Amino acid sequence: MPIRQKVFAVLISVVIFVVIIELVRKRKLREEYSWLWLATGVGLLVLTLWYNLLVAITRFIGAALPTSTLFFFGLIFVMLLNLHHATKTSKLTDEVKNLAQKIALLEQEIKSLLEYKDKKV
Amino acid sequence: MEKTLVIIPVYNEEEKILSVIEDINKKTHGMDILVVNDGSADKTESVLEHSGVRVINLPYHLGYGVALQTGYKYALEKGYDYVIQMDGDGQHDSGSIKDLLREVRSGGIDVAIGSRFLSNKKYRTSLPRKLGMKLFGSIASLIMGQKVTDPTSGFQALNRRAIKFYGSDIFPCDYPDADAIIMLHRAGFRIKEVPVIMHYDNRSKSMHHGLGICYYIFKMFLSIFVTLLREKSTKEEI
Repeated sequence: MPIRQKVFAVLISVVIFVVIIELVRKRKLREEYSWLWLATGVGLLVLTLWYNLLVAITRFIGAALPTSTLFFFGLIFVMLLNLHHATKTSKLTDEVKNLAQKIALLEQEIKSLLEYKDKKV
Repeated sequence: MEKTLVIIPVYNEEEKILSVIEDINKKTHGMDILVVNDGSADKTESVLEHSGVRVINLPYHLGYGVALQTGYKYALEKGYDYVIQMDGDGQHDSGSIKDLLREVRSGGIDVAIGSRFLSNKKYRTSLPRKLGMKLFGSIASLIMGQKVTDPTSGFQALNRRAIKFYGSDIFPCDYPDADAIIMLHRAGFRIKEVPVIMHYDNRSKSMHHGLGICYYIFKMFLSIFVTLLREKSTKEEI
């Protein structure tokens, strides 16, 4: 791998890593969501530093160039991240639905209690 | 004393809902009625204010299934023994309530589903809808080993056990349909179709139109498929 490519890849990985840690530190990203992002950064870093591993993987999956292997895994990671978010969104949708129902039920309860009170007075 | 609740989920029904309530009152002699207003954009909420029935207003439009389930959660909380679910657009004839109720009260049945095709009165509907009902009706019949003629019917009566199922998290809240019936069947509930009268309304808007129909068909196939893949849950677990 040309040294220019290597430096660039390492730089990108380090920036990603730092940004994620910083987001978690500022509480803008919850820890539970950060692990996949961190894994992406670490994976990228390992593959660029340990060139022989990259070449071995490239040979194993039958890719022509080590760079395509990097892109390929990059895409896989992005897909996994999206899937991870889709499951979270589904869960959130359910929770928001349950909350909305609870609010509506409580509102009805309050209304009937007030009516009952008015009748008594 | 057994308590029965009529649940009516409504969305933009300012014109019809009062006459529907009046009709139910007349034919059931003062059965408890709960209207779940699913974030209507018209005057449904203010129309209902002085109607004398219980009203639950959802904070925003959440869809038919969610509105329905809200009603079931209410019924569970208040300890109702039986629930009648029907539409608020006047399609379901409240004269059929007693027929549905009789079936679940007799004890042998958990869910009585009102079928418009079992009664003698002809029900006219559009061709795509008819095909959809036929298709999912036959799939449900095949899986359940009993004839299902009207899988899209929202006119049903349920006992306490089935109310619990509908109020639980496994209830399919977006478009509960043939998949809900199959789920009930797999959980061991006893289901029976009962002939009811439904009025065809030209003006009424179907929940499914345009691209929604494609999504509906896709969702129904997927939902039925994964229901069959899941392990059977028994009604005692719910």
